[in-house]
Amino acid sequence: MQPTLEAFVRALRGADVPVTIGESIDAAKAVAHVGYDDRQRLKDTLGLILAKTVDEKHRFDTCFELFFDRDAPAAFEADKPDDMAGDGPADGLPLADMLTEGDMAGLTAAMETAAAASGVAEIRFASQRGLLARRLLDAMGLRDLEAAIAQGQRGGQPGGMARAQMLERGRSYLLDEARAYVDRQYALYAAPASRSLREQFLADARLSAIPRHEFATMERVVRRLAKRIAAKHSRRHKQTKRGQLDVRHMLRRNVGHDGVPFDIVWKHRKRDRAKVVAICDVSRSVAAAAQFLLMFLYALHDVIADIHAFAFSDRLVEVGGILGEHAVEPAIEQVLKEIGFGVTDYGRALADFIDGWPGLIDRRTTVIIMGDGRSNDTNPRVDLLAEIAQRSKQLIWLNPEPRNFWGSGDSEMPRYAPHCRLARTCNTVKQLERTVDELLRAYD
Amino acid sequence: MTDSRPDKLASIDGIAEGLAAAGYIATRQICTAVHIARHLDKPILVEGPAGVGKTELALATAGFLGLPLVRLQCYEGLDESKALYEWKYGKQLLYTQILKEKLTDLLDDAKGLEKSLERLHGFDDIFFSEQFLEPRPLLKALREPAGAVLLIDEIDKADEEFEAFLLEVLSAHQVSIPEIGTVKASVPPVAFLTSNNTRELGDALKRRCLHLHIDFPDARLETRIVESRVPGISARLKRELIAFVQGLRGIDLKKQPSVAETIDWARVLLLLHAEHLDSELVRDTLNVLLKFESDIEAAGAQLHELTRKARQEGERFADAANA
Repeated sequence: MQPTLEAFVRALRGADVPVTIGESIDAAKAVAHVGYDDRQRLKDTLGLILAKTVDEKHRFDTCFELFFDRDAPAAFEADKPDDMAGDGPADGLPLADMLTEGDMAGLTAAMETAAAASGVAEIRFASQRGLLARRLLDAMGLRDLEAAIAQGQRGGQPGGMARAQMLERGRSYLLDEARAYVDRQYALYAAPASRSLREQFLADARLSAIPRHEFATMERVVRRLAKRIAAKHSRRHKQTKRGQLDVRHMLRRNVGHDGVPFDIVWKHRKRDRAKVVAICDVSRSVAAAAQFLLMFLYALHDVIADIHAFAFSDRLVEVGGILGEHAVEPAIEQVLKEIGFGVTDYGRALADFIDGWPGLIDRRTTVIIMGDGRSNDTNPRVDLLAEIAQRSKQLIWLNPEPRNFWGSGDSEMPRYAPHCRLARTCNTVKQLERTVDELLRAYD
Repeated sequence: MTDSRPDKLASIDGIAEGLAAAGYIATRQICTAVHIARHLDKPILVEGPAGVGKTELALATAGFLGLPLVRLQCYEGLDESKALYEWKYGKQLLYTQILKEKLTDLLDDAKGLEKSLERLHGFDDIFFSEQFLEPRPLLKALREPAGAVLLIDEIDKADEEFEAFLLEVLSAHQVSIPEIGTVKASVPPVAFLTSNNTRELGDALKRRCLHLHIDFPDARLETRIVESRVPGISARLKRELIAFVQGLRGIDLKKQPSVAETIDWARVLLLLHAEHLDSELVRDTLNVLLKFESDIEAAGAQLHELTRKARQEGERFADAANA
């Protein structure tokens, strides 16, 4: 495969467009067929083969523009002094010649070769940029050029001074170009790599320990997680059990044929659609985790059709409307402003739920409670929780505190936990994903 | 006869012309897709909002290549007996009933169960031969002697298992029928799969396809499409209605009007002998463009403004034409 294409595929993978080996072989075949000469055609062709969703198409477009942008460097005008007109290439330096001739194609090609030699594409960190730019220029022969400049400035030859000035300008032009080139390479290869590293870190980090400025990255991680879960569980709701005859139905249908089974009826089973009620504690004791739980609630709201979201400190409020109408950050802020950071009272919230929305729970419903179970020594109303558990399909409790804290102080977890099908610690995004996956599997 | 196909698909410009002659105005990207699909022998997975001409592309390609179109409409619960082949169960049953006496004759002189069974073994393949095979779309497409255009419509409506089953057909252009053997296409069909994205398709399927995303066309392309589909419409009205539809897509709607709706609307306006858009006319015919009550309400507030802008656009065009 051509090295250019290979590098492009690598950049694409960095930009979160997964390209398989088969696809890159196809791409190579197609490119060999259409050629590189028509940029739009090349882009269409590669886009067809390499990017397979609308999201990926957008990322592909950005990456393509960035990658193939190099053929348009700022032109360098040589403006030869008149007295140099007859002067041939004085010192036999290819770089100097190209600058005097204004040979942009040659300069670009030289820069590409030098870049390959000095390994600019291996860039990982922003701090490497200066070093790599210098290395790139060295590989192009900058030292010789500088020597030529110095020689010209020292004088001797006629017109040497003018030539040196011209080359000096050429040198600073090259510096700019090399820096821009390295910056582009950084944007292509290193930035995505370090971003994915950061996202990986965030998926494992404890929710309460994630700094505020990572909010945006976190949102992306959570959203992707929610989408993955939705894709996995958005399967059809009626499944034919292949190979199993539904004898009863078949006999009835074939009565007209004297019982000879002309029409065959297979058995099938119906799958329940996931129905979720999520109740999120946003009181002071879980303040740090609350906004991420809300964020997750928000993402779920996008992907599960039948979800009712509630939040409470002491009184329970339905927040589905707020989450549905606003973008993620203002929605979370509004919820927290309205009811956040109060004094927790689980008993009262549960009572609110049972009184206010008695019809919401049926045998298809999963109830998720997210909170630390610290009820400020008020009556925890375990009986109400038991009632919810009994009427619902399953009750799941996600607690941001580690398990050995459960039961310390005012925590009511040991009394709540026996009624839950699943009660577990959930303070990283990964744990969140695993739990929700398990939750939805109950409907398969 | 088969030789005409590679020629017709050999150049991108040729494809654009051919599709246009078949009544389909394609973007450059679509033509490239058809061209590359031919070159790599890969199916094209077409995605995009409803009504932008995904299915139409396959129809036009079939028309342009002069090949038969084999269409498989997907739905929940579709399986290989509906998509690939089925034994004519009723016919088999009928024949055995009719041949019952013949069978007794045949088995008459065979003594004992074992002998009879042995003799029956000599005949059993009769009931699983081509005569009793009901070919369904996929098999039909493979057996078409000059090749065919295969359209697998709304693949996202079918189940994941069915997707997996398609892989063999799409990548090797063959199917295996246990009782008969492998059927391989002499000329691989040009395959189109369309999806409205109601669910995420599997990676395995996507990997085997070219992925073409068709979006709403820009004003210029849409003008050309209307021109080709509704020839009688005046140039100025065409300008106005396209400016209006493009403006409408800027509003936050549940279901944005797509090309199919634009064409319908153009036909309606032609039928009503309209020369210009005006608010009343638009209000009366808006249900052609928008299919949800809430959308019509949402657009209602801005109708006047949009109509005014569309008229301006029309005037600008008329001035330019006069000058």
